[in-house]
Order: sequence, then structure tokens, then C-alpha cells
Amino acid sequence: MENRLKTLFKKKSKNVLSIFYTAGFPTHKDTVAIAQYLEAAGADLIEIGIPFSDPVADGPTIQASNKVALDGGMTLPILLAQVKEIRKQVKLPIVLMGYLNPVIQYGVERFIKEAKAAGADGLILPDLPLVEFQTHYQSLMQAEDLCMSFLISPTTSEERIYKIDAASTGFVYAVSASSTTGAKGDFQPEQLAYFEKLSKLNMQNQHLIGFGIHDHQTFSKACEYGAGAIVGSAFISMLEKSNDLEKDIHLFVTRLKKGN
Amino acid sequence: MKYAVTDEGYYGNFGGAYIPEMLYPNVEELRERYLDIIGQSSFQEEFNKLLKDFVGRPTPLFLANRLSEKYKASIYLKREDLCHTGAHKVNNTIGQILVAKALGKSKIIAETGAGQHGVATATVCALMGMDCIVYMGKHDMERQKPNVERMRILGAKVVPALSGSMTLKDATNEAMRHWINNPTDTHYIIGSVVGPHPYPDMVARFQSVISQEIKAQLIQEIGNPYPDYVIACVGGGSNAAGAFYHFINEEQVTLIGAEAAGKGVDSGESAATTVLGKPGVLHGSKTLLMQTADGQVIEPYSISAGLDYPGIGPMHAHLFETGRAQFMSITDEEAMLAGIELSRLEGIIPAIETAHALAVLDKMEFDKDDVVVINLSGRGDKDLDTYIKWGKY
Ligand SMILES: Cc1ncc(COP(=O)(O)O)c(C=O)c1O
Repeated sequence: MENRLKTLFKKKSKNVLSIFYTAGFPTHKDTVAIAQYLEAAGADLIEIGIPFSDPVADGPTIQASNKVALDGGMTLPILLAQVKEIRKQVKLPIVLMGYLNPVIQYGVERFIKEAKAAGADGLILPDLPLVEFQTHYQSLMQAEDLCMSFLISPTTSEERIYKIDAASTGFVYAVSASSTTGAKGDFQPEQLAYFEKLSKLNMQNQHLIGFGIHDHQTFSKACEYGAGAIVGSAFISMLEKSNDLEKDIHLFVTRLKKGN
Repeated sequence: MKYAVTDEGYYGNFGGAYIPEMLYPNVEELRERYLDIIGQSSFQEEFNKLLKDFVGRPTPLFLANRLSEKYKASIYLKREDLCHTGAHKVNNTIGQILVAKALGKSKIIAETGAGQHGVATATVCALMGMDCIVYMGKHDMERQKPNVERMRILGAKVVPALSGSMTLKDATNEAMRHWINNPTDTHYIIGSVVGPHPYPDMVARFQSVISQEIKAQLIQEIGNPYPDYVIACVGGGSNAAGAFYHFINEEQVTLIGAEAAGKGVDSGESAATTVLGKPGVLHGSKTLLMQTADGQVIEPYSISAGLDYPGIGPMHAHLFETGRAQFMSITDEEAMLAGIELSRLEGIIPAIETAHALAVLDKMEFDKDDVVVINLSGRGDKDLDTYIKWGKY
């Protein structure tokens, strides 16, 4: 079977909606159900965060979700078991995203193999250096047919964007602003100029725009420039308040895509 | 040069630059330019002039007679406590603020534990007319109150870090987040030999003035630049890096780092990284790190805010792994007793961080002609509250 992430981007290059959530949040047992509800609600892609004690690239919302997940006993082995469980019912591509240290302790090669075996289609490890990936893990990931998405940010040089694009498979993760996760408000003109610049580059991968996408307006704006967008903090804030995950996830996804 | 950093930023198995892309351009710019900048004669001139006229260097190397008598060796104290602002930290902040200027940055951020690095950063920012924000764990703001007010008097903004155990690790997280959010006009002055390459090497170079002076002073004192022992406390490891620097390739000099055991290495409340840590990645480098089997960072504990950190700099992880340096764990109690002892025997109240290095003396068997240099990294003014609370004097 072909990698679901690759299949997705072959079929769809516009309005791809990717939702990020932290494994084990709001509770340990919700990881699987949230994936099912997201598929039912019409998301295209699921990114599941591996919780870490010191998430330096994250703003308060995702930081707090990491803490709740860890306090609830979430671990990488549990997450891999949950991905297997998700795969019994969910056909959407799954990307696992996390800081490097828990992955190093698990064993990077072991993680790559087991993530694939569990049914994941891609990885994002934001603090893994490009060179270390290329020298140690790229060929294994190719052999396993597991995609790797690297981040680019508004301060990334054009030369480096092409390098990152060349090392990435599946999609490139375009961070919308020089910021940690969870920014609110509309895009600033310089962000739109940056999106415009990205859309004109000749990247081999499609790119998804993430960080600060929190409502229909920001989602559809981002979609004008990229293949789609990633929503994280806003989704997690909703989960935090929800008493009925199925209903609220449906509502959240519908509103993101269509407005009110 | 087997202990020197490689071009890629590694000390043996440790070091590197493990950072998200949002920090990459800044760290890369620094990596590309730091050696050129600090190698320029105009930089060296300004740096050395400030160390002399503003910091008060060279700091004395003091033969501590009564301490020597007690421990039966010639014990010298390298008086970094006499640096302006009261600790070695200012050697690094002078260097980095000049680097920041050369890079065209106008704003400075820093993290601080004991507040010494924060004060040293606020000081050089005042000197150079730069904006300064210092992140400090809320818990540390409480136990190092005088330093919080010193920073504020100097015009810095002190922002409490409210996550985790609200100490140095959490302050560092917040400083990194700030830098991600303000990448163009801001330089992050890291306060120890930690963080992504080139920070550990850059900070070690700025602190290396300590061992450079020790060598020259020992020639004057004993006619030989090499002591038998150099002892320093290790939080992140900057004062130790500076005190070891010019002795690292001289294997006849025994290097000893004193780590904070807190309430004991097995108590669950400790910061003794070489005993409790495993290789891992935090704050941009691969190093020894206190962590669970799942790779979650363990909240450290020490009575001294400056040693209350779950890792050590990659250079020290390498010195430990190769056996070039020895590391000893010192409990809160041992450190406090050593702090009182120095006060009574030599008339110097040391910082509690520094007291950990002094406590090593009691664990050693010296020959009577051994020459021992202890890096007296800072003075105890900031710690009076802790001394008073501890009470046994
Ligand atoms: C007086 C003093 N010594 C030592 C330290 C520990 O830092 P490092 O290990 O980087 O020298 C501190 C840190 O705040 C300090 O204030």
C-alpha cells in the first residue's frame, strides 16, 4: 500500500486541513477517539504530538496540554499502541510530531520502524538537525516508506528552503510567523508577503502553513497560498473546554472549513 | 587538542545544535561569525579594557593560609567573587554584549538561576545602553530577592518563569521562546557553557581568562604555571570551564567539578547530573541530562539556585566520559558547612554555588606540597537569606 500522506497530496493540493493534537490530552484514553472524530468530521490529515516536559517551540496552550498528558501517564510506547488502535478504523494519514529527546531514549531507529509498523505515515522532529537526519536516518525512512517533514520559517533563507524541501517527503511545514505556537489574530502583511514568496518557489513538495491558524478566516487565507494549513493550539483549546468531544470536533472542523 | 570542540560543535559524543528551524538562522549567524568577531584586535582591545577597568581584572589569586593549614596543602583561591557584580558571570556577558553589538542587535535577553548572570547581563546592558529582559524562575526570584532588585535598579525587566519547578531550566525555556518570537533584533546571552553550538565554546572562551590568569599568577607564586588540582563548582559549568580551560591538555593537573547533590544523590531531590544523568537533548545540545526512562526531563533540586539545573554543558559531559575531569557530588548540608568554614577561616562569605567547590576539600587526601586552586566563583551577598534560614552558624 502506498504511503497515505503521499496519496493524499497526489489527490489533493488545495484546502488540505491538518489537525494537530497532543497525545493523551485531555485524557489518556482520548487519543484514539479524537482521531476517529476528526476523520468523521472531514479533516484530511492528523498530526499527533508526542508530549515532552520542555516544549520550547510551543506557546502556553500546547505547553499545558503536554503537561496534562504527561501527568496522565502518556508515554511514547503507549502512543504507538494507540496509533495501532487508531489504524483499525481510521484511514487518514497520521504524522507523529515531537521533540527529539523522548525519541532518542526510545531509540530513533526503533521508533522509525515501530511508528511505521503501527500505521504512521510521517514524522516531524523539529529539533533534529538536517545533517543528522541525512547521515543517519534518511535511508532507513526511505526504506520504511515513512515521510519526514521539516520546518521552514520566515527567517529561513531561500537556499536553505530548497535544502529542506529536498530532504523532506510528504509535505514541508511552513511556520507562518517568527513565533512559538498559538498566535492569535489575523495575518500581518509581512506574513502574506512571505506566503506569496513561498507559493512562487519551485519546491518539490507541497507545503502546509501552520502556527497561528485558528479560525475560518486564517485557514482560508493560508489555503490561498499553500496546499493547506495546520491547526493546533485552537483545536486543543477547544478540546480543553469540550464536554462532548464528538459533537465539538465536528463543529470545529465544519466551522474551520466553511465559516459559521 | 582532543578536548577541543569540533567545527560541527561536538565535544566527543556531546554538543551540536539541536534547535527548531525558527532559531536556526540566529544560531547559524552566530556560528559563522563568532570566531571572526572575537578574533578581531579591536574586539580584543575593548574586551580586555572592560575586563580591566570595569570588571576589575585580573582578580587576585589568594593563598588561603588557614584553609591550607587545615587541609594540609597549599590552597589558593581564585577570587572571581571580587569581579564587579560579584561573580565570574560578567566575564561572559562583557564578551557577549560586544558580540551582540558586532551583530547589530539592539535588544538582549537572558535566563538566570541565582540571578548572578541576570545581574551581569543587566549591568552590561546598562553600560551599553541596550534593552534587557531577564527570565527567572519564580522560585528563584523568591530565594534570590536581592538580585531581582539589582536587575531592576539596573533597568532590566525581570520576567518570572512559571512552568516546571520554576527554576533555571524553566527560565531557559522561556528565554528560548522569547528568542523564537523576536529573532531579528535580539541577541540571547546564555549564561553558561550550555545551549546550541557555538554557545558552549563561545562562553568557555570568554571565561578562559580565569585559567589564563591563574597560570600567570602561579608562575609568580610558585615558579610553575601548573597546580596539582583545579576545583570548581558546576551548574551549567561556565566557571569550571574557565578555570579548567588552559589546563585541559595538561594531564598532570587534576580537574574536579563539584555538582549539587541536593539532599543526596538517592533522595530524589538532587542536581548531580554526572551521577543521575544519561545522554539526551535539552536546550539545543546533546549532553548528560537527568531524565526519566521515557526521556522526560527530571526537575532538579539544589539549595543553590545556580546549580539547580538538570544538565551540564557538553564540554563537561565529555570531560566526564573521557575521565579527564572528576566530578563529586556535594549535598546542601556539606556546601553550607563549607561556606561557613570559609567565612570563619578566611573572612570570605562565598556564594552557595561556590561553597560546593569548597566542600570538596574535606573529601580529599592531599600531599602536603600539593598546590590546589579553588575557583571562588562568587560572593555570598545574594545568599544571605539562605544562610539565615539555614541558621547553623
Ligand atoms: C557564584 C556562582 N557560581 C557558579 C554558578 C554556576 O554556573 P556555572 O556552572 O555556569 O559556573 C553560578 C550561577 O548562577 C553562580 O552564581
